Amino acid sequence: MKYTFRVLRFDPTRDRDPRFQDYVYEPRGKTTVLEALMDIRNEQDYDLSFRYSCREGVCGSCGLVINGRFDLGCRTMLDTLDSDTVVLEPLPNLEVKKDLVVDMAPFWKALQEVEPFLFPADEAPEREHRVEDRQMEKIDQFVSCILCACCYGACPVVARDGSYLGPAALAKLNRFVRDPRDRRPFRSWAKVDTEGGVWGCDTVFRCNEACPREVRPADGIQALRRAMTWNKIKRMFKRER
Amino acid sequence: MIRHDILIVGNGLAGLAAALSADPKLSTAVISKVHPLRSHSVAAQGGVNAPLGNSPAGRDDSPERHAYDTVKGGDFLADQDAAELMCREAVPTIIELEHLGVPFSRFPGGVIAQRPFGGAGFPRTCYAADRTGQVMLHTLFEQALKRNVKLYNEFMVTKLVLKNGRCCGVVAYAYDRGEFVPIRARAVVFAVGGYGRLYLRTTNAYTTLGSGIGLAFQAGLPLKDMEFIQFHPTSLYGKNILISEAARGEGGYLVNCRGKRFMADYAPQAMELAPRDIVARAIQTEIDRGRGFEGEYVHLDLTHLGRDKILKRLPAIREICIKFAGLDPVETPIPIQPAQHYSMGGIDVGNDCATGVPGVFAAGECSCVSVHGANRLGGNSLLETVVFGKIAGRSASLYARGAGAGPAGAEKALQDGLRKVEKQVEGWEKRTEGVPIHHLLQRMKVLMTAKAGVFRDRKNLREAVDGVLQMRRDYGRVIRTGRNRRYSQEIVNIFEFEHSLELAEAITRGALHREETRGSHFRTDFPKRDDKKWLKHTLAYLRNGKVELGSKKVRFTKYKPEERKY
Repeated sequence: MKYTFRVLRFDPTRDRDPRFQDYVYEPRGKTTVLEALMDIRNEQDYDLSFRYSCREGVCGSCGLVINGRFDLGCRTMLDTLDSDTVVLEPLPNLEVKKDLVVDMAPFWKALQEVEPFLFPADEAPEREHRVEDRQMEKIDQFVSCILCACCYGACPVVARDGSYLGPAALAKLNRFVRDPRDRRPFRSWAKVDTEGGVWGCDTVFRCNEACPREVRPADGIQALRRAMTWNKIKRMFKRER
Repeated sequence: MIRHDILIVGNGLAGLAAALSADPKLSTAVISKVHPLRSHSVAAQGGVNAPLGNSPAGRDDSPERHAYDTVKGGDFLADQDAAELMCREAVPTIIELEHLGVPFSRFPGGVIAQRPFGGAGFPRTCYAADRTGQVMLHTLFEQALKRNVKLYNEFMVTKLVLKNGRCCGVVAYAYDRGEFVPIRARAVVFAVGGYGRLYLRTTNAYTTLGSGIGLAFQAGLPLKDMEFIQFHPTSLYGKNILISEAARGEGGYLVNCRGKRFMADYAPQAMELAPRDIVARAIQTEIDRGRGFEGEYVHLDLTHLGRDKILKRLPAIREICIKFAGLDPVETPIPIQPAQHYSMGGIDVGNDCATGVPGVFAAGECSCVSVHGANRLGGNSLLETVVFGKIAGRSASLYARGAGAGPAGAEKALQDGLRKVEKQVEGWEKRTEGVPIHHLLQRMKVLMTAKAGVFRDRKNLREAVDGVLQMRRDYGRVIRTGRNRRYSQEIVNIFEFEHSLELAEAITRGALHREETRGSHFRTDFPKRDDKKWLKHTLAYLRNGKVELGSKKVRFTKYKPEERKY
């Protein structure tokens, strides 16, 4: 069976506008979108650029829009697509650097803003923290995020407001806020108590659909909202006393 | 010109650990072909070893027992003081990682859970379900963000520049700019990982072509024990994606086409949890003798573990099977075959991660201390990356603080290096006819797989060496067809291939030279270990373009060589 790959091509340092280029491709056996791209690059066009690394869905390099759907190129089998035309576009909401390679800088910047690292207690325990598996299971879903930015590309709020932190960063913040070992003070993460933070989410759950790892980032945002409100109420009462 | 005190090449676990332990008063940067989270460390699954003794069955575990298992697992080729150092550091390292935020799985009572792994006397492998590498890499990346570590992502080092035998810095290809840039550094730390993609079947990421090891070799650094290559017993048939040893640690069976747990014939005590070299050979033997399926694979059966255990302990494995093989291991056995997985050999370093060249250091898979000897135990590589990554960061800091201005004429040497690299690329581009790089790469993979795989002999290894020499000649006809230098994977691939040529020669020559069987190196024409003649490391040097071999003593402490029985 022959496929037509319609791939977005653009080099902003040379081209005025992006364009689609068609490549005819015949897979040999069970083939992923990423494997097909590599064959096309090797056999037809060595100027075609895209990111890749692990090829097993864990490194997060190859988030793409594949026939209008967000997924990792490496874990999308050609025979699961309903069409013999495969349209490949770079992740939206991020500027194209070249072809399918996007500028991830705003995504990493948003991540850095939520301080995505454990705030340790003043005194570290001698051995490991004693925490039960069921406590850790609460963050399991968010720990499995690979930061591929599919959710960021799919988010309609990011599309209209570049200052919104986006689903992945907020879900990551929730991962730490819920970690029984984390001691971040409320005032430190209350800075996402804004329209650019937790209240920006439209709750249309595009991020949940786009996520290739079933992280369900919107769950994290909702959880943060609840925790935010709960903390504010607690503080109100504290002040009154 | 960009300048740093310390430049770390590679941003996987070893590279990030080095960056985080470097003296914060020094200017340190990390350079890599990929963003840190895309490094191959992310794909490690099963766990990391430390004798915490958290399991009721592991109460008597200790650093000594860990060191003994490591040395025995490595068929007594490891330097015993190095293995002891790593195992002594294991517990503090795991505790430190836990304090930094690594979400390890837990036993009831809240302590870090530990599972049995191959070749280990006790359940010693700490884990986070079956994505241990992912959570460790993410945690070190988070710490790098916290500390604002300077990262050069999507830069490929194409040359290590030395002057008067001292480190000047590197020349790198900047993907985004499509240009080559010199970077001056007093100290360079190699943390570049392995070279799995020199093989057709490998568990490794597409990016692991050994380019970093190769360019260090080209610059004159000796490589050690390159003939020792680990073939992981269980890679998913078809795509060769890793199916973690944790699957057997949790109780999975290996079964041939007659329905027999064949490990009973090879390692009656340890069964599926014998060290990897032994299990990989057993599987290959079953397949070769016609007891596999379709002449290609055997079954890894997890169905008896039950749905709950698989979902809780091996969720990523299950997802891989569903996504890439269309089967659910809860209901169906997994088709598996051995595949290249790890390089025990690497850049020759001491316990302080220093190479013979002042200012150049190495840590992690690309280095050879040696802690793994002739065969690495599962769960020891993640440990090695962090323990020795940290040592490398500290050693490089010590050096950079005392190194003064660096060798005279360093900047000129770097500019010369830059011109050489640019000339090279122009050469590929000027050629109007020749061989495209993916043809050359494919030939290399076929050659290495067929001639330097699990089972080896003189005839095949001779052909491997000749084949590699032929590839070195054919590289002279490589042609670059792309015309845009921005984000050119073609430029990256050609450099990777070029750097791997002498590396492949070191591997195959080493394997031909070593006429014995030890650990992962199995010679069908010399099927016994020969301590009298071969209890020594192999060193490979590149002199005037020729690969020459030498040897180095193995350092012993208290573990006497014995026969490996499991």
